[in-house]
Parts: sequence; C-alpha cells; structure tokens
Amino acid sequence: MVSFLCAAVIAGMPLLFATLGELITEKAGNLNLGVEGMMLMGASCGFIAGYITGNPIAAILAAIIAGGIGAAIYAFLTITLMSNQVVTGLALTIFGTGFASFVGKDYVGKVLPDTIKTFFMKVEIPGLSDIPVIGPMFFKQDIFAYGGYVIIILISIYLYKTRKGLNLRAVGENAASADASGINVTLYKYVHILIGGALCGLGGAYMSLVTVPVWQEGVTGGRGWIAVALVIFASWNPVKAFAGSLLFGGLSILGIRLQSMGIHISQYLVDMLPYLATVVVLILSTYKSRKEDQPPKDLGNAYFREER
Amino acid sequence: MKKFLAVVLILVLAMTAMTGCGDNKSDKTKDDSKAGEPELTVGFIYVGPVDDGGFTESHDKGRLAIEKEFGDRVKCLKIENVAETVEDVVSAGETLVDQGAQLIFSVSYGFMDGTEALAKEFPDVKFMHFSGTKSNNTNFGNYMGAMEQPRYLSGIVAGMKTETNKIGYVAAYPIPEVAIGINAFTLGVQSVNPDATVTVVMTNSWYDPALEKASAVSLLEQGCDVIAQHCDTAGPQIAAQEAGKWAIGYNSDTRDQAPKAFMTAPLWDNATFYTGRVQAVLDGTWEPGVYYGDMSDGYVTLAPLSDVAPEGAKAKIKEVEDKFLAGEPVFVGPIKKQDGTIAVPEGESLKTKDEIWAMDYLVEGVIGNYNIKND
Repeated sequence: MVSFLCAAVIAGMPLLFATLGELITEKAGNLNLGVEGMMLMGASCGFIAGYITGNPIAAILAAIIAGGIGAAIYAFLTITLMSNQVVTGLALTIFGTGFASFVGKDYVGKVLPDTIKTFFMKVEIPGLSDIPVIGPMFFKQDIFAYGGYVIIILISIYLYKTRKGLNLRAVGENAASADASGINVTLYKYVHILIGGALCGLGGAYMSLVTVPVWQEGVTGGRGWIAVALVIFASWNPVKAFAGSLLFGGLSILGIRLQSMGIHISQYLVDMLPYLATVVVLILSTYKSRKEDQPPKDLGNAYFREER
Repeated sequence: MKKFLAVVLILVLAMTAMTGCGDNKSDKTKDDSKAGEPELTVGFIYVGPVDDGGFTESHDKGRLAIEKEFGDRVKCLKIENVAETVEDVVSAGETLVDQGAQLIFSVSYGFMDGTEALAKEFPDVKFMHFSGTKSNNTNFGNYMGAMEQPRYLSGIVAGMKTETNKIGYVAAYPIPEVAIGINAFTLGVQSVNPDATVTVVMTNSWYDPALEKASAVSLLEQGCDVIAQHCDTAGPQIAAQEAGKWAIGYNSDTRDQAPKAFMTAPLWDNATFYTGRVQAVLDGTWEPGVYYGDMSDGYVTLAPLSDVAPEGAKAKIKEVEDKFLAGEPVFVGPIKKQDGTIAVPEGESLKTKDEIWAMDYLVEGVIGNYNIKND
C-alpha cells in the first residue's frame, strides 16, 4: 500500500507541475490548451541540455526556457494580437509535439549521463521520512519532487497572501476593472503565462529526466490534457491541485498495480476513472455557489482596452 | 489587421510543426526523382514514428534495407503515425497508391480492416498486413514471424536467472500475439525452472515509457527479479536496472539503455524479410496469403546474451535453438491452461500458424488475466 502511494506521487509529479502552470495561466484569464506541447518542449530541451552538458541545473534551466518560449509564442498571439485562445493553444500543442520530435531526432534511445541520474536519485529527508505512510510517500522522493512541494507553497502564498497575487486574480476576474484600478494588465498576463509555460516545461522535464531517463518520442503520453482537466478538478486552487495530481497519478497506475497483485478488474474501467472524476467535479461545481470554486470570470476573453 | 496577422502566425506555427514531423518523408522522394523511373514503388503505413526506438523503428530497418539493397530500382514511401482506424488507414493507403505505390506494407495489427478495404479498392496493388488474420487469394496477404521461438529461448534465460522464482512480464494488450508470447516465454521458463511463475501486467498501450516503467516497478515490488516485456520502450528495463534486477527486452537490442539489467531480447530481423518480399515481387513470384517466418528464415532471432545473463544459458539455448531449426514445434503437449484444463494433450503439438494463433488462453504458471473476446 505504501509503495503504491509512493508510486502515485511519482506518477502525479509531472501532472502537478503542468497543472500548477496551467493554473497560473488561467488565473491571469488565459486558457492555454498548449500544455502538452509545452511539456514536450521542456522534456526534449531539458533532456538534450542534460545529455550534452551532464549538468542537472543546465537541464532544468533549459526545460524552463523551452516551456517559457512556447508560452511566449502563445502570449504574443493571444495578448498582443488578441487571437482566439483555444485555437492558439491547440496550435501550440501541435507545434510543441513536432518541435520535440524534430530536435530530439538524433537523441532517440540515448541515455542521460550518470551525473544527472545520481542528482535525481531518491533522497530521504532525515526525521520527516520516518513518519509512517506520509514519510516514505512524500519525503523519500527525488530533489525535483521536493522542488514541486516548494512551488506549491510559494504559489499558494503568492496568490492569496500578496498584493501582486491579488492583482493577478483581479486581472483574471475582470481585466477591465483591473486596468481601471491601475494594474498593468498586459504585463501581468505576459509574466504569468510565461511562468505557467516554464512550469509546464518542468513537468515534461520530470518525465524525461527523472521518470525514464532515456529520450523517446511522445514521452508525456497525453498527460498535458489531464493537467487541463485537473485545473478544473482542483477548482483553481494550488493545494487542491496537489491532491488532484496525487489522485490522478494514483488512478493512472492503479490498474497495473492491481494486476501485479493478481486482482482483476477491467483496465478500461480504471483508465476511465480520472476523466469520470473530472466530469463529476464539473457537475458538482455548478451546484456549489462558492466563489472560490468558480473559474476566473474573464477566462478565455482577450482584453482590448478600447473595447470597453 | 492584427487579427489577420494572428491567423497568419498561427498557420505558420502549425505548418512548422507539420514539417517538423514529416520532413524526412519527402527527402527520399526528392533523391529518387533525380534517378530514372524505379521498377517498383513500395509503401509503408506505420503506427508510430520511425525513430521510436522500438516496434516501428525495427520495421523501418526493413525499408532502409530495401533502399540499400535495390538502390534506384525500388522507391520507398512511408507514412508515420497513422491511427488504427479504417478511415485513417484507407486515406494513408490512398495517398501511397496516388504516389505510385504497387506494394504496400501496413505495419500494425489494428490496420487489418483498413487494409482489407484498401485491397478491395485497389485490386492491382499488392497489400501485406503485419500480424493480422485476414487475407485473400489475389492481392492481400498477411505476414508474421514465429516470435514464440526466440520468446521461448528468452524464457530459458529468465528461468535460469531468477532467484525469487517470480518473473514479471509487462505486456501491451490482451490479443493473441501477446498471449502466444507470454505462453511461449512461460514454457521456456518452466523448461529449466518448473517452480517459477510469470506475473503479467497489461498496460493497454503499445507506447508509454512512463506507464511501462511504472508497471515494471510494481512487479519488482511484488518480488519479481526478472522483467520481460511485450511493449515497445526500454522503460521496464530501466526500472529493473534501478532496482538492481534483470530484464529481457523486445524488438530492439537496447543493452546500452540498461546495461546492468539487459540480458537478451527476442528480435525481428526485418531487413531479411522485407528485402525478400520486394525481391519476390520483382521476380514475379510474390504470393498473397499467409507468410509465417521463423528462426530458420532468419525473420525472428534472439539478441546475443549479455554478460549479465546466467552461466550455462548459452549452451542450453543453443541446444533448444537447434531443435527449432530442425523444425520441432514450440508448443508441445501436455500444455495446461491457467484453470488446469488441458489445452494441448500429451503427444500432440501446435504446428501451423492457424493452430498457434487460435490461442485464447494463458498457460498454467502465468498469473494474470486474459479474457479476450476473440473475433
């Protein structure tokens, strides 16, 4: 059971980064469906940088930059040129997938150098890792995962305890009012979409650097789309996003775990569960009137100052 | 104006992505158009990218071998990443025929119905479908290799290596091809280690490195110390290496990706197969129907054992391999199903492809579920 929970955390980690990235983006009022593309850009560039330099920090930086570049294309199109966010996001996914295959072509089947593999080995946190269940689950992970915990905390504080976080939420709720109160809407949108893209890039890099440190095409296997669903599932709350990615990560490996223990239920049913859960949450959220659980009101709308 | 620019930029994005995926599809065509007309144009329909490091890549080695062997006489076309639906297969096939293909290989089990439809639509074009069960007697054949032979041999390696007597097997889908592989492997294991069991996990995917690795991890945690696989990535082997255990690959010789775990792998030698088919068409001896290549044809083979493989395995494998080469069947009775009922009685054996591919059960000693609605 503990080993299952531990594996669920690993399976949920790429989802966590991508979900937080999309969450930040959506808080700024932009729906970016390019998560899968940005993840793949981060995964491929992170891997290549790691393979060439043998330096884990360089790999992570490359992933951040690659995800950020993907997001920058999206941001320029949707903010400055005010194009349709859904279409642009889908185009970014197609672009990112092709980009990753293209730059990764010469690296297929290559293995990361040992310096990186050792850097991302599991490290126990003294004291905390001795707590039953929770210890091995959360505090016997790799350094990348610990970074994920830190990011959840930082984002939660930023969104709910700082002036800038309040401004960001205002931009997402009503860009026109935020503009009237003196917030630089364009700047806020750009910065947060870029941060969101960087986080998605990290999510992809987790898969190519930590999970399977060999470059193969399409490593993310559609997890970017699950992240988009997870943001809704988490009702735009970073802490719930963490819980959600553990749950979705756990569900994604539940079937194979049951099989290896000799218990048989339909794999198709198990594969369906994450999406079923999202639908249930969507239905429930329409019944709840709590404001915090609703999507940012200005989500998906381009903001054009003169159009007020 | 801004809207227009936005649309243009999106288009540019999409176009770059497409050329990014498909750029080397066209360059071969360019090369060949310089040289005179080819005698034969061969088309390939692939389910994945040609550099997936697994299934599609191993078949693409066949295409590269054709280009090398026949040079300007034969032109090769390929379409990658085709979805396993009738519509997609038909449209890929139509594109290839449009470009002059006279012999088309469709390389995935799920392309079967689409290829059948294509064979009806283009009676003058020859179609060969990998791993399927359908064919006609004019222009539609299927081909497959007796992978059970090298699988059985790899089972011997696993059976000799295991210390816990628990072997894990990461498989893709519950289809006959996978069941045959599991059964042959298990019989190989039991031939040297009657106490060992094989635990099977199905991922319901041919290609998902992370999921395949997670499957292997869960098997390792259940006490398995050798991981075999019937899926396309090196994920399970990497999991085995990280756990300090051992692995048997599939499709490609991936010993570089997990050097401390990799023992051997059952492989397809597609170069031999595909050049042979093209030669047959050029000679006018090509025939539709069922082609079932085995180790004596060289269509299937076992990768050389690594240093991690158990001592004595090499000699044992040689002994059994010689029997296979002499024409002895892999599935020799008595073979029991999981529930203990007799599948193949003593004194009988499964010899032809049809007999082997009717397998819809797992043998005794396999832990895992296979309730397939076989059509």
